[in-house]
Amino acid sequence: MSISRREFLKIAGASIILGFGDISAINALEKVEGTQVLKDIKALKAKRWAMVIDIKKFKTEEDYKRVIDACHRIHNVPHIENPKHEVKWIWTETYEHAFPDIEYEYIPEDIKHKPFIVLCNHCDNPACVRVCPVKATFKREDGIVMQDMHRCIGCKFCMAACPFGARSYNWLHPRDYIKEENREFPTRTTGVVEKCILCYWRIDKGLPPACVEASNGALIFGDLADPNSEVRRVLSANYVIRRKAELGTKPMVYYII
Amino acid sequence: MYDGWKIIIGIIIFLGIATFPILYDLGKAAPPPPEPKIDTPEIQKMVEKKCVEPKSFMKVEHMVLLKDWRDLYVREGRSIYLSADGKQYNISLSNTCMKCHSNKKKFCDECHNYAAVTPYCWDCHIEPKEEG
Repeated sequence: MSISRREFLKIAGASIILGFGDISAINALEKVEGTQVLKDIKALKAKRWAMVIDIKKFKTEEDYKRVIDACHRIHNVPHIENPKHEVKWIWTETYEHAFPDIEYEYIPEDIKHKPFIVLCNHCDNPACVRVCPVKATFKREDGIVMQDMHRCIGCKFCMAACPFGARSYNWLHPRDYIKEENREFPTRTTGVVEKCILCYWRIDKGLPPACVEASNGALIFGDLADPNSEVRRVLSANYVIRRKAELGTKPMVYYII
Repeated sequence: MYDGWKIIIGIIIFLGIATFPILYDLGKAAPPPPEPKIDTPEIQKMVEKKCVEPKSFMKVEHMVLLKDWRDLYVREGRSIYLSADGKQYNISLSNTCMKCHSNKKKFCDECHNYAAVTPYCWDCHIEPKEEG
């Protein structure tokens, strides 16, 4: 059977148009059943979530540990000693590693040697989202840079793109390294990348992120777009720095030093 | 035909192997389809034993419902499911579905094994504690 060029193009065009019928598949359930899937009315709302870390309020080792443990415990983050395989959502970093661009020689000794709490910066212009080939990582409307573990294929492009080292790959089976499982929250599996998700599931229930709750006011969280929010109040009253802001990813975690 | 007998023997062996699964099961009744158990303590407590949608729908469409729940919750932050009869449910596999269906082995696995499907939910989501 032979087919003329003209006929081929007609068929190709028609199939493309027919193919568009599938676009709305994600909401099929809602349409067919007359049911609805809604946002929780208790959910915290914001145009642009941001966080301020008041590092002056971190005085003892216990202050750091409390914040890190609060996150890692509820999110079933495995504790792996080997730095090649470790998984971390929120952790401490030396000043020179956290702020390499402003690591001057003669800055105050206490700042130079103080551990800094670091986590995913939930950038407004996130490099990880741009490189993800499957949109497993994406930016929510409220600015949270989310990681959809269901969709992650483990290509690690995002890890290469992230200038903050905020992402960890699961080389080992994470369940072997979780001391006490939080049965309310999933673990991850081998072959996916994970990171801080700014407790989107707590925000959607009307609760602040777990680290903020555990920090006794050292971490301040709120809507950057709202001039009356607590983060804006703190930002207007204190001089702050951000990690590697010159790279243009617009990090949304600010540090009071 | 050169070496005809070798070829014929080869064909017979091949047919034997290829048709073995059919011949082996010939005359045997198909195993009865499993019946998922819903006798968990949580369900016993319910006055009206009802899932989020009718049983007939859940039986056929639970995978579609779970997939849509997952996508709408994770990607759009929509966490409340309003069922056809107007009731509200939190969208959560471990904390909503499995709170009632705490018998994963009898409820999920039996059918999935029968149908030879291996959903990877439990690679990450923590299954309810069960004896045995």
